[in-house]
Order: sequence, then structure tokens, then C-alpha cells
Amino acid sequence: MTTTSEPTSAHEATADGTIEIVRVSVPRRTFRSELRAIKIVWRRELIRFKNDRLRILTSLVQPFLFLFVLGAGLQTIASAGTHGVNLKTFIYPGILCMVVMFTAMFSAASIVWDREFGFLREMMVAPVRRSSIVIGKCLGGATVAAFQGVVVLAIAGLVHVPYNLGLILGVLGLQLLLAFTITAFGLCVAIRIKQMQSFMGVMQMIVMPMYFISGALFPAAGLPGWLTVLNRLDPLAYAVDPMRRLVFSHLNITPAARRVLDPGLTWWSWRVPALLEAAVVLVIGVVLLGVAIVEFSATE
Amino acid sequence: MTDSQKLDSNQPAIEVSGLIKRFGDFEAVKGVDFEVGQAEVFGFLGPNGAGKSTTINMLCTLLKPTAGRATVAGHDVVRERDDVRRHIGLVFQDPTLDGYLTAAQNLQLHAELYGVPSHLVAPRMEQVLKMVGLWDRKDGTVSAFSGGMRRRLEIARGLMHSPRVLFLDEPTIGLDPQTRRSIWGYIRELQQREEITIFMTTHYMDEAEWCDRIAIMDKGQIVALDSPETLKAGIGTDRVTIQTDDNEAAIIAIKDQFGVEAKVVEGAVTFGVPGGEQFVPRLFAELELPIRGVSVSRPSLDDVFMSFTGSTIRDTEEDPSNHRNRVMMQMMGGRR
Repeated sequence: MTTTSEPTSAHEATADGTIEIVRVSVPRRTFRSELRAIKIVWRRELIRFKNDRLRILTSLVQPFLFLFVLGAGLQTIASAGTHGVNLKTFIYPGILCMVVMFTAMFSAASIVWDREFGFLREMMVAPVRRSSIVIGKCLGGATVAAFQGVVVLAIAGLVHVPYNLGLILGVLGLQLLLAFTITAFGLCVAIRIKQMQSFMGVMQMIVMPMYFISGALFPAAGLPGWLTVLNRLDPLAYAVDPMRRLVFSHLNITPAARRVLDPGLTWWSWRVPALLEAAVVLVIGVVLLGVAIVEFSATE
Repeated sequence: MTDSQKLDSNQPAIEVSGLIKRFGDFEAVKGVDFEVGQAEVFGFLGPNGAGKSTTINMLCTLLKPTAGRATVAGHDVVRERDDVRRHIGLVFQDPTLDGYLTAAQNLQLHAELYGVPSHLVAPRMEQVLKMVGLWDRKDGTVSAFSGGMRRRLEIARGLMHSPRVLFLDEPTIGLDPQTRRSIWGYIRELQQREEITIFMTTHYMDEAEWCDRIAIMDKGQIVALDSPETLKAGIGTDRVTIQTDDNEAAIIAIKDQFGVEAKVVEGAVTFGVPGGEQFVPRLFAELELPIRGVSVSRPSLDDVFMSFTGSTIRDTEEDPSNHRNRVMMQMMGGRR
């Protein structure tokens, strides 16, 4: 290393005879400078994700296990009730949601990492709004999660789901939306929690039940009363249902099968339109992001 | 540009008056006053828990003072928080680099967060990296850097936006002596080249010698403030250390025969007298106790510290009041 090199000569080389000292003056905070801050925080999440190949792989393990192992394993006993539709095809929309959920959860955890490794301080002392940091983090987490979603989307053919442009765009949109909301939720939790282990524990405790209750792995009709109530209260159900609707509308199956497998989410027997469902997810996401911003701004 | 000229050359870079910080009923900083001139290297000296970090955190706008006021680069740390932040660079005691990113990416991120004009980012980056001797490692991932390299990179990052004041909280803690010396070389060079004010804390006495002026802080108060030379000259005595078989008896005998207050420091009897070298022969002739060893030293900052606080910095560190510091760190949500 060049610890002992003469700084003077090193500097002359910098100057090239033209630059003496590059004096920088930091302008006052503006809307544009906040956008720049959001962008760099977002980009950092992407760079880190790209460098972390292990994470790309590990977050795919669970969805693939569910899809191929559970799907194939239960196929034999489920075939009677699925009207000839493969069980893997049935749970595929749920898996499209699942991959996004888990990646988004991990993305939110990065704020806990940043705190543990001190980097959070670097961002906290910068002359930018705390909200810019939170928004950048949230968008970064959502983008990363959507990337993972694309991987699962790419294997649609393996579970007999056609590649159709409308379907792909719709799924992507829903995945982004879900990723945004889950990241915002994760950030709310992550800002309060100082240790990684506790964060992971808390997230598992909240996210797993939410996932099971959402109806990602079973049709959300004809359930026991208590489960129906929980299902309708579960925000995730409002992402799973439109996802399934979208995928099933592109499948070539009998109307009877469609009725059983894709009954749709109802409020007092009124079938909630897909757009309203998406709006519910969006509103929850925005509210959670607001909560995260308020919480983060309050920390010293 | 306009407001960076706000600070005229006579105005101090840092002005602090009556600054107080309380955590619950514990008063960490008990009303301090001082000024730091422009382009000065100012050292804040004291044991852990003395209130150094609390003071520096208030000046960096990371903590709100309970009372009193402070301006940094001409801006009030409470009312003009963002203006202060735009004009200061920070190097924390604990590392705050992103180990997954390269050196250049870390600096880029900093420049974007601070709104450094895009066309200046690359030349400024080149300059600060060359200044700390890391230009050839700019594309190296930070997690592979040694402790000294990381600290240098943090200093470079703190300079990316040309701050008026650079705050260094224990910049050399945990580094080996050689790396510490080279870090100091960078700091001094930097101060001359960029005419930047440097405010730093340390509990290494030998490092305080590098500062233009130092403030000694103990138990939340500034007990001395001057240049290292003046402080040492102000002691007016040399330090004599003797080894005896009976320290208690020696202390009493020295008090009786010479009228000098001695005390036991690290197992040896220590006291200060003017003209220590001339005193030693008298000591041997007149003291009716066997002396097994003797040493005389010119006053050091350790002695200055001792004369103002009544203990050496190491003694103080053993003090249970240390845990205050930890409590404070937790409140800050800092390290864990």
C-alpha cells in the first residue's frame, strides 16, 4: 500500500497542471436534490443485490419448494377436486406472490443491516430529508423483489401457464405493487428493531401466517367462518386474488374448474373487482410508507 | 457558492456557549464554552465518558442540545441544521462505510446524497482518493480493505463535498502506531491544503501534540484549553517517578521533608517538582528510605491532564462512569 508515498507528488499528478483544488460547494436542498438522493439510495439497493448472488438464489428456494415439491406431492390426492387442473398450475399465482413477499421482506431488512454496520449514520447525517431515504429504500426493495418475481414468471411454461404479453405485464404490475407494500411494511418494522435476529423472527411470525391465510395455496371460498374473516382482513389476500384471476383468465380450463379454483374474493357475497383489490394493496402500501417515514424522521 | 462566503475570515469556524446536554437526570455536558478559529486543528481530549462524543454529536447536529447554543461554519446547529450539515464532514469512531460497495461507489453515493454538482464528482473523487493514497484501489470492494485503509477512505469521503469543518471522532482508534502516524500526516496536509478547520476527539495523549490547540474535557466540563506547548509550560514542574519498597512511607516522607505532594500512579510514587534533574541528588541524599529506581520526565500532556483532573487518562478509563458512554451510545442507536 502507498501509506508512505509522498502526498505532494501524488497531488501534483492529480492536478495535471490544470486542476489546483477541486472546490465543491454544496447547494441548498431542493426538490431535485431530494430526487437525486432517492435515486442513489434506490441504486445502492440494486448494486448490493446484484453483488449478492447467494441472496438471489436463496430467496428462490422456498417458492420453488412449494411449487414443485408440495405441488407435485399433493397432486395425487388433490386431482379429484381440481377438475383436471394440475395442482402446480393452481398454486402458481400464489407462488408469484410468495417470491415477491420474501424478497421484499429481506430488502427491508437492509435497514437493520445498515444500522448494525454503521452505514445508516452516513445517510442520517446527510443534508437530505429522512423521507427521501425511506422512499429510496422502499423503491429499491420493490425493484429487487420484482426482479425475483420475473424469475418465477419465466418458468410459467413449466406449470402449463401460457406466455402472453398481457398476462406478463399484469403479473409484473401486481408484483411491483405487492413488493412495494411489503417493503413498506418491512421498513416500519425494521426501523423499530435494532437486531437482525429479532427482525427475522418478527417478520417470520407475521409474514408466514399472512401468507397462509391469504389463500395463496387454497381457494378463498367455502372456508370455515373464522378463516373467512381472517382471510378478508389479510391485506395479502387482495394481492393473491387478482393475481389468480389474471393467471386463470389466460388458462384453457372448463368453467366448472374455474368456479371451484378461482371463486374470487367476496365481501358479503359481492365479488370485489380486481382493480379495487389492487387499490386496497396500494393504499395500505402508501399508508405504511407514511408510517415508516414518520417513524424514521423521529429517530435521532 | 454565495453562502459559502457567508463566513468572513475573522469569524470563528465553531462558536459554542453554555452548551448543555442532559440524558434523563445525567448531565453529560455541563455548560461548555469555546471557539475554534478557521483552519485550526482543534483537539478534544479526555477519557471515555467525559462528554467528548456528546459534544461532537451536538456540533454535528446529531443530538439536540438541552441548553446553550453553538454555531458551526456560521450556522446555528439547531435552527440551521441542514446548512451546518452541508458545510461539515464527519468521520465517526465506528466505521460507516458500505462494505459491499467499492471505494469509488462509496464516494459517489456520498456525493449524490450531498448534492455535489455532477460534473465535479469525478475530479473531486480523484483528488481526495489521491490525497489519502487510495486512488489505485478505487475499484476495490471496501470489505477487503484493512482498518487503516477504511479510515483513510472515510476521511476522503468526509472531504468529498469540501466541508469547512471536518469532525473526526477518534480517527485513529484501534489502528497500529504506524498507520496512526500516516493518518495524522494526511490530516495535517489536508488542513494546510484545503484550509479546513479540523475538530477532533482523541484519548491518545501523544496525538494531541499534533493539534494547534487542545481542550481537556473531564466529567462534562472543559478544564483546560490552550496550545499543547502552553499547557505543558504551564505545569512548570518536571515529573519525578521513584520506585520504593514502601510507597506509603515514601509519600509521607516526601511530604514531610520537601513539602511536595506525591501519589502512587501505576505502582510508582510520582510527583512534580521544578527542575527535576537538580532535585534528584537531594532526594537521594535526604530521603531516609531506600530508592530502587528513579526517572525524571519533562511535562507531557499526560501531566497536564493529571494536573487538571487529578488522574491519568488511563485511571479514569477504569472508572465505572464509563458505562455512561455506553448508555449514551445506545440512546443514539449507535453501535450495539
